Amino acid sequence: MRHDVFIAGYGGQGVLLAGNLLSYAAIHEGKNVSFFPAYGVEKRGGSAMCTIVFAEGDTGSPVVGHPSASIILNQLSFDKYAAKVKAGGVCIINSSLVNCEGIDLPDVKLVKVPMNQIALELGDLRMVNMVACGAYVAATGALARPSLEEALKKTLPERNHRLIPANIKAIEAGAAAAQG
Amino acid sequence: MKQVFQKPESLKDVQTHFCPGCSHGSVHRLAAEAMDEFGIRAETIGVASVGCSVFLYSYFDVDVIEAPHGRAPAVATGAKRARPDRIVFTYQGDGDLAAIGTAEIIHAANRGEDITVIFVNNTTYGMTGGQMAPTTMVGQKTSTSPYGRDQNKDGYPIRMAELLAQLEGVGFSARVAVNSPKNVMQAKKLMKTAFQYQVEKKGFSFIEVLAVCPTNWGMSPLAANEHLGNEMIPYFPLGVYRNTSNL
Amino acid sequence: MSTKLFVKGNEAVAMAAIEAGCRYYFGYPITPQSDIPEYLSRELPPLGGEFIQAESEVAAINMLLGASATGVRCMTSSSGPGISLKQEGISFMAGSELPGVIVDIMRQGPGLGGIDASQADYWQATRGGGHGGYRIIVLAPSSVQEMYDLTMQAFDLSDIYRIPVMVLADSVIGQMKESIVANPRPVTELPAKDWAVRGRREGQSQNVVKSLKLGDGEMEAFHWKMHARYQELADKECRWEELQTDDATLVVTAFGSAARIARTAVAMAREEGLKVGLLRPITLFPFPQKAYTQLTRHCKRLLDIELNTGQMIDDVRLSVAKDAEVEFYGRPPGAGSLPTPEELLEQIKKHYS
Repeated sequence: MRHDVFIAGYGGQGVLLAGNLLSYAAIHEGKNVSFFPAYGVEKRGGSAMCTIVFAEGDTGSPVVGHPSASIILNQLSFDKYAAKVKAGGVCIINSSLVNCEGIDLPDVKLVKVPMNQIALELGDLRMVNMVACGAYVAATGALARPSLEEALKKTLPERNHRLIPANIKAIEAGAAAAQG
Repeated sequence: MKQVFQKPESLKDVQTHFCPGCSHGSVHRLAAEAMDEFGIRAETIGVASVGCSVFLYSYFDVDVIEAPHGRAPAVATGAKRARPDRIVFTYQGDGDLAAIGTAEIIHAANRGEDITVIFVNNTTYGMTGGQMAPTTMVGQKTSTSPYGRDQNKDGYPIRMAELLAQLEGVGFSARVAVNSPKNVMQAKKLMKTAFQYQVEKKGFSFIEVLAVCPTNWGMSPLAANEHLGNEMIPYFPLGVYRNTSNL
Repeated sequence: MSTKLFVKGNEAVAMAAIEAGCRYYFGYPITPQSDIPEYLSRELPPLGGEFIQAESEVAAINMLLGASATGVRCMTSSSGPGISLKQEGISFMAGSELPGVIVDIMRQGPGLGGIDASQADYWQATRGGGHGGYRIIVLAPSSVQEMYDLTMQAFDLSDIYRIPVMVLADSVIGQMKESIVANPRPVTELPAKDWAVRGRREGQSQNVVKSLKLGDGEMEAFHWKMHARYQELADKECRWEELQTDDATLVVTAFGSAARIARTAVAMAREEGLKVGLLRPITLFPFPQKAYTQLTRHCKRLLDIELNTGQMIDDVRLSVAKDAEVEFYGRPPGAGSLPTPEELLEQIKKHYS
């Protein structure tokens, strides 16, 4: 089975870290992974996005026109990319920042998670990407949640490993919110 | 019978292609004598440049790499970094070192590469037929400055020994001449010092040699040597400009 | 199963160079390849190697020339404008029969162009970008694993044939991270570098590395010798990948990142029941002409896809001669203009009959 997921937000929301986390989780499950980043020329505050493809076999194109899953962290990315999700796919949005009233995405499962709010309640807005990853695994079942927890060890630099329990909580909270 | 004069071991027993009165033969000999004195011939890698000096490998009995025009200091950098236990020298003319290869010489010197650079300054491009060089004297007529070098359009001749002496990476920088027996004796001494810097791993060494090019200057060898003394030395003063280890 | 690492394409190049025994790197920063010098500036010194950030690309390639002349394995890397500056040195290395690995992570051009993915420099890479009429081996990885494996092979090929080898990729392959296996250096029988300049030592004859050839007939003999070497490369070292070409009525042909996107387009076409395959040259020089000759015995239509307005297509057309039709779809590069597999599928359908 070949899975692809597109993640977009603004610089500073941890889009690339989220992509790395999902990648390491897939590697932990023995899959082949392609992680393709793209970002604006600004060092901070520009747009950030990445595509992750994982599969038992060939990952194929790292460029995906119509992803089967998208994680959208801000309004700009929603306006630009939400409509690209393919029919039958999942669009997970950060409902704290994205207003999708009146937008119709036919044949796409819209999963609204107030990611900023959840991260703030857990004490650190920077964990918004962890909430997003938790929501993704719960909404798609493409990866097992314990793989994400395992992947934290590889994704975070050693000096930040003390933060792993807090991040696990954020992943769990995101998953719970996505399951609604 | 006591032998009083012989060819240095580091030079091959062959005739050179140089024109009558050319200084390259003398400079080759001085470099070879320095190598003989330190017994480094078998350890030495020469880097030839583009110009009359390209045939280094025909005359020096050492391994040689031929560099693109101006790039000898970069080529020597690669060779020396890969073989730090060898002696690496470049032999470059004024067009090669002070025009097309300015970036390479400045930065090799600034990095303090453990190499020796022999710079032959005869104020002209010899091999291509006597065109204007970065060291051509103001007013000097060449095949591309038929009205004489005009400082307003062509700038002034570059004094490389002084320029490189400003760089912290340089251990030794000096200017010598080979136009008279007295100057040759001094050149021999400082050529040895230049190699001594590398033998003792004291840093980048640079020796500029004022030389004649009678053919392209349109002078007899004698007149050329007089011209060097009367015109070039006042503008390019001889001396040691940097000698960090006081060798 | 070997442990899989998660590595950026550019870093895979640097890792493979170290595994291949390369301890000397000379380079200059330029996007999108700076991960390579950054990695090697960190990793080479502890291994006793040398990293030099040169004053220019011109200096870097000449440092490579100097180090290679002494017989060591060495590498440089750059992109578009920097590769242009390196052409002088590459020509001299070719003329001096020096090995050396040059990595080109292509960007857009001409001029300063842009930093996004592009295949704008196929011609420059495969035609010998400098003066004098020479060729160099050009390897085109299409995945991070191949960035690793082909870089390692580049050193062997370069030493065996005494020809500079270029690894040609772009920012898709260079910036992408993938799971890879860091294979150990293969055991290869390599010729002794008895030509190297190391100081002649007592009792040994003089070695000279040079490209000036003024003797009567010397230059002509050199050119025919190199011509024969290029023929030998074409006979022995062509590499390519074929995917579902056996029964294909349309075969997509593409290299590097374009081939990577095309793979998925071909898989999508197959899902729809179209008999479509993929032929991907891995060596761009020598170009795998024989693969096309074999293919055109049963497949009469090819679709060449490139991230430019058509460069490899010259070699494809020469290879198939009049035995098949060659269609073209090009996407000259620019920010946001990478083709998607869906778009390539449309092109496949357009030319499928």
